[in-house]
Amino acid sequence: MISLVALCVLALLVLALLGAVTALMPVGRVLVYGGSLVLCLVLLVAGLASLDTTVQRVTLPLGLPWIGAHLRLDALAAGFLVLIGLGGAGASLFALGYGRHEHAPQRVLPFYPAFLAGMVLVVLADDAFLFLFAWELMSLASWALVMTDHQAEGTARAGFVYLLMATFSGLTLLLAFGLLAGAQGGYDFASMRQAHPTGLLAALVFVLATIGAGSKAGLVPLHVWLPLAHPAAPSHVSALMSGVMTKVAVYGFIRIVFDLMGGPVWWQAVVVLALGGVTAVLGVLQALMEHDVKRLLACSTIENVGIIFIGLGLAMAFQVNGFIAGAALAMTAALFHAFNHTLFKSLLFFTAGSVLSATGTRDLERLGGLIHRMPPTAVVALVGCMAISALPPLNGFASEWLIFQAVLLRPDLPQWGLKFMLPVDGALLALAAALAAACFVRLFGIGFLGRPRSPAAAEAQEVDRFSIAAMAVFAALCLLAGLFPGAAIDAIAPIVDLLLAGRMPVQLADPWLTIAPIAASRSSYNGLLVATFIVVSTTIAAVGIHRLASRAVRRAPIWDCGFPDARPITQYSGASFAQPLRRIFGAVVFRAHETVDMPAPGETRPATIRKTIHDPVWDALYAPLVGLVTWAAEAMNVLQFLTIRRYLAFVFAALVVLLLALTLWQ
Amino acid sequence: MHSLSFDIAHMLAGGLVLVSFLMLYQDRLYALLNVLALHALVLALSVAWQAHIQDAPHLYITAAIALGFKAILIPWALRKMVFRLGIHREVETVVSIGLTMLAGMALVALSLQVMLPVTAQADPVAREDIALALSVVLIGLLMMVTRRNAVSQVVGFLSLENGIIFAATGARGMPLVVEISVAFSVLIAFIVVGIFLFRIRERFDTVDDAALDQFRGGRS
Repeated sequence: MISLVALCVLALLVLALLGAVTALMPVGRVLVYGGSLVLCLVLLVAGLASLDTTVQRVTLPLGLPWIGAHLRLDALAAGFLVLIGLGGAGASLFALGYGRHEHAPQRVLPFYPAFLAGMVLVVLADDAFLFLFAWELMSLASWALVMTDHQAEGTARAGFVYLLMATFSGLTLLLAFGLLAGAQGGYDFASMRQAHPTGLLAALVFVLATIGAGSKAGLVPLHVWLPLAHPAAPSHVSALMSGVMTKVAVYGFIRIVFDLMGGPVWWQAVVVLALGGVTAVLGVLQALMEHDVKRLLACSTIENVGIIFIGLGLAMAFQVNGFIAGAALAMTAALFHAFNHTLFKSLLFFTAGSVLSATGTRDLERLGGLIHRMPPTAVVALVGCMAISALPPLNGFASEWLIFQAVLLRPDLPQWGLKFMLPVDGALLALAAALAAACFVRLFGIGFLGRPRSPAAAEAQEVDRFSIAAMAVFAALCLLAGLFPGAAIDAIAPIVDLLLAGRMPVQLADPWLTIAPIAASRSSYNGLLVATFIVVSTTIAAVGIHRLASRAVRRAPIWDCGFPDARPITQYSGASFAQPLRRIFGAVVFRAHETVDMPAPGETRPATIRKTIHDPVWDALYAPLVGLVTWAAEAMNVLQFLTIRRYLAFVFAALVVLLLALTLWQ
Repeated sequence: MHSLSFDIAHMLAGGLVLVSFLMLYQDRLYALLNVLALHALVLALSVAWQAHIQDAPHLYITAAIALGFKAILIPWALRKMVFRLGIHREVETVVSIGLTMLAGMALVALSLQVMLPVTAQADPVAREDIALALSVVLIGLLMMVTRRNAVSQVVGFLSLENGIIFAATGARGMPLVVEISVAFSVLIAFIVVGIFLFRIRERFDTVDDAALDQFRGGRS
């Protein structure tokens, strides 16, 4: 099986070359996306088949001569292979239609399969060299994809920030692996597993791995690149970056912290829980303030990464205290949520791409009424919005419910930090879930309901069949995963078993497909039952209303509050929907400020309301950093204009200082 | 335990350092060139002695090159150059000579302190040689840093290079081709610097390198 997966990687790389050759021909698009679709499906099947089998290893004579390229396919890798295969297949299917609108296919086609190959290699890698190589391949290919539309405003900055953060992430991971390899230089993961670092070394590795994987995943405060870079790419690539690449980063974190380091320490769990909680709330608050659809989705990705990290933090906290059942529950919940997020975030990015290609705009304030123009897209978008808002019976509810179950276990943890963090994270999680619901009500309500806010939205045309097919498949998967969460939990069980040596109880054994995380007496959830109840009660209500009130659908003028001929601009807008939340949270967190400029009576200029928002993380962390770098560059600039003798003196002084250091060091 | 050969090698090495100090002390260009010739002469003697005690006849060639090029040809050429350039014959120092001498002593102490522990296992002759060679190199660099006049910077560079040759011959088994190529590279560097000196002189009427910096818009 592992050789099949390795062949798929090779085929993807070949496809990248083919894409470069045929980019300007119409056949290139079909070749690249069709080929990627097939290969991703193969990867999906291979991943599913390898979930429950034994660990497979292959060493290829590539890479550094004394290491070689170690590949390994265990349950964890297989699980993430499923994720990549699924996300990649969906994006490729979507792109078969969507790619038609691409202005410069030669900027997308060569990098798209390379990006997929990079992600697959990351999860396959079993030595630090290959892992970092694949990690950088993934970063660079996605950077090239972000820069596709390089003339658009902001893309260059997004690409620059992304490249900086990706380099930083690669650097910290390099250092982490260097520390794990130790003085002997055991760069393959097998020897890293043998040597368990302790004390300061373990702490350092943990911090570096969290920074490296966290900055790729979008953990606050390393998330600044994400809302810039993800929306700048073409929509199917945005779907891959948000839906799949952040999960590959989560994989990197799990691989290092749970597998290679061999067991966390309690303060590490506190750190992860705190970061996860802050990320979840800040991400969704930022999403609420956005009016660019794709940026909104990218910010919501930050929130979901926070939720996943809360799950991972819980698993660490429980594992430290030997509470394996709880740890298995939290880990299952985190992985399940990662899977679900891939499904609904890809789906939502596909709908954003469809809306973009139909209307030519991503600005929420210029959309509206699309449910009439694009009914299938509107339906799948509704499914995606409900899933990400964690409404039953969809999949988002199942995984967030599991995380809440893990939070609510409340075992008697001895460490004060964990005692404190668990309820705090429960509260943050609840807040984030509620705000996410508000955020996606806003997205769907403003984008698809109401009346068109621009001529472009009024004349939108439904997108092609491939795009609709991709979206429909993902919407169906969201529903299926929500109806049968037991199947997903049982499929995830081997991964959890590998990491924690324990698993959740088997769920599919229950004849009514009820899932019970710990014991049925404590809590249980049956997606099928809830769905049936919703369907039946809705049907009864609808039939009742139609029977008892009126049989016919009547179309009447909209109630216009006494002002006839209301313009679309008088509708509720995205900004006005978010205003209460902006005033409550934004004033504190984002220093949101509104100024109203009211013309004096008799003046003909329009009144304006101007709102300003500051990113607290950027202001507190990155702006000083940029200032420091600029200052250092200015200060170093003097060195460009020294005399020859001073340059010589510098060389001389450096030599003497080094010799002195050598003497003192001895 | 110290044989006569060791003592002589040691004396020559110490002599080289001593001549380096002499070089630091000079405040006239002609005198400086004379000391440079002396420096190369001591180097040639020392290399010849190494050739004798190591039974390495090719080192005699190195010694001959040092004697021919560095002790005779280059000082002579520099002397002609100074004469033809008609530059004033005083060495212009940046730091006072006393301070420079003190710094030189500190550098010798530093290089002994660095080298002796590192080479604890090495052959005692090579060990002393390398430590003293490092001090010659460092004093050469110090000279380049503390002199304004381009000619005295060239002298500093040449004495630095002498230190390198000295270190190389102290270690056994240095191939001849390396030494010859180093010697030729020095010669070529000398020619280039010589031409360069004339060019600066033509443009700026001085060989003080501060003029170059003014031309470039920097601060001296």
